[in-house]
Amino acid sequence: MANRKLNFAKAVNEALTQAMEKDTKVICYGLGVDDPKAIFGTTLGLKEKFGDARVFDMPTAENAMTGIAIGASLNGIRPVMTHQRLDFFILAMDQLVNSAAKWHYMFGGKSSVPITIRLIMGRGWGQGPTHSQNLQAWLTHIPGLKVVAPAMTADVKGLLLASIFDDNPVVFLEHRWLHNLEGDVPVDAVPIPLGKANLIKKGDDVTIVSYSYMTIEALHAIEVLEKEGVHCDLVDLRTLSPMDWDSIFASVNRTGRLLALDTSNETGSVAGEIIARVSMEIFAKLKAAPQRLASPDYPSPTSPALTKSFYKGAEDIVDAVNKMLGKNISLEYFQDHRKRPHDVPGDWFKGPF
Amino acid sequence: MKKTDIAKELLRRMKLIRLAEETIAARYSENKMRCPTHLCTGQEAVSAAVGFVLSKDDFAVSSHRAHGHYLGKGGDLGAMLAEIYGKATGCSAGKGGSMHLIDESVGFMGSTAIVGNTIPIGVGLGLSIKLNQTKQVSCIFLGEGATEEGVFYESVNFAVLKKLPVLFICENNLYSVYSSLKDRQPAGRDIYKMVQGLGCPAQQGDGNDVFEVYEKVKKAVALLRGGKGPYFLEFSTYRWREHCGPNFDNDIGYRSEKEFLNWKKKDPVGRLEKDILKKGMLSRPQIDQMEQEIKTQVDAAFHFAEESPFPQALEAYTQLFKE
Repeated sequence: MANRKLNFAKAVNEALTQAMEKDTKVICYGLGVDDPKAIFGTTLGLKEKFGDARVFDMPTAENAMTGIAIGASLNGIRPVMTHQRLDFFILAMDQLVNSAAKWHYMFGGKSSVPITIRLIMGRGWGQGPTHSQNLQAWLTHIPGLKVVAPAMTADVKGLLLASIFDDNPVVFLEHRWLHNLEGDVPVDAVPIPLGKANLIKKGDDVTIVSYSYMTIEALHAIEVLEKEGVHCDLVDLRTLSPMDWDSIFASVNRTGRLLALDTSNETGSVAGEIIARVSMEIFAKLKAAPQRLASPDYPSPTSPALTKSFYKGAEDIVDAVNKMLGKNISLEYFQDHRKRPHDVPGDWFKGPF
Repeated sequence: MKKTDIAKELLRRMKLIRLAEETIAARYSENKMRCPTHLCTGQEAVSAAVGFVLSKDDFAVSSHRAHGHYLGKGGDLGAMLAEIYGKATGCSAGKGGSMHLIDESVGFMGSTAIVGNTIPIGVGLGLSIKLNQTKQVSCIFLGEGATEEGVFYESVNFAVLKKLPVLFICENNLYSVYSSLKDRQPAGRDIYKMVQGLGCPAQQGDGNDVFEVYEKVKKAVALLRGGKGPYFLEFSTYRWREHCGPNFDNDIGYRSEKEFLNWKKKDPVGRLEKDILKKGMLSRPQIDQMEQEIKTQVDAAFHFAEESPFPQALEAYTQLFKE
């Protein structure tokens, strides 16, 4: 199967395009899907290709527009709804939690809600308290929702295709810091099954369980760790709900050490749930207390001066592995090699959002 | 259809809803129907007339007080009662209860419990109709309380914007649980006029006059099928029994016995029956026979519900996702 280099945003765009080509019942809407910025380029050209009945901008009405997706899906439509900021989608919790998540169950399996809701979360660039929240733990807490959080550009297309053609409601979480990352993306429309993690790196010393942007930080950390002879499993979850517990247990059974990474606040986090399950179910296999790295239990501050130590990165991962293994691998590498300011994903990022 | 046949069918639907609801009320204290149950006794005219005008292919969604809407649309009575009894044969397999009714075979796409929750869902069904280019209508039953929810305005706005074939049926029964309309909305502002201000054609009518409801709904549905966009109808009516449960509650202080008796005089079922007799559309014995048939139907449905098996406890852990 042929691959070529695309960035994450283009891979999303290609998934949407191919889904809409494949099935005329797929529609795509959201604030700004047809504006000049086209949701960071992810919806570029869709309206021109598929027309304004299937691709349209929407009223600033997050809750109703979610219910409208649900209603349309009950009659065969597959809506893909997009929000530029997860934070605004909080207004739609009634429709998401009370209807989308429960419809199949509470009507005894009579019907289902095949909708995909793309939410963009983030960090840095002064996005601050209400423009960069990572509320995936809320979502994974709700039975009946599938929650997907890709990290790798190679995966995002296949995961989005699987989400769109899944017969259940899927929340698809795109981290803003991933959109510009390049990867090998298949030309064909090949779905990647939901609920399956991917073992990106293999090593017997520590299991790092990660997802979304933290997987990128973990890859940087592993590069340094490997130079020092420390080898880690990197389990990239890809789907947060349903969780691929088998892959997590299989890895920790082998390494005996677990470091769970999270893009969100620490308390009640996805990482916390992973540690709880591993501790309960395979406690005897653990050689050290499981650890997690997540953001502090505070809202995200805005000033770059305040975010210097707020978000976790590769240095923190190496530091945590050091502590778990009783090692003292130097963090100097990061001070020398990190060329970009701490609050942007790369030099390419100039804001404003 | 001849006026006599219309009157007969409306009476039959109203009497079915009335007897089903009143039998639930009479038997609720047996503690076999173990879920919150919101009866619509006194409000049957809207359910019967709307359900009669709509065809099976048209969609309807509703909220917590949905029994009448479900039955008016032609929903299966046995499956509804079995659902309230928590049985495996219930329309939602025992997972939904009284507030979560569904019968897709007649276009009743679901009722849910949170005020205003199905309003956008009904609009979304309207969007699907437009995308699929069929001539169906999507009907949303809501109470006047739901017009206080933000999602109502969001939904009407979108339906107007996209000219969707959505029929909003607002039953104004003056109370949201125990909270009176006068404490919730300003005096002198009519709901239907407010909706006109949103760009949606809207009218108001007597919800206890089943012919008035029928005529207004029929006209609105004809416009909807012509692709003219949404229509909003507000009907004044009154729920006789308590917000939730089988009892009367005129003694607890939020509304008066006098107010109830005034509305009871406007009983939509009695009013139609009197009219039918006066005009000689049906004779007393013919109505007696209709009542007997309905009683047989209701008895059989209760029997079905009572005799049906409960779901296995492990069924609680199924149907989380569609496979």
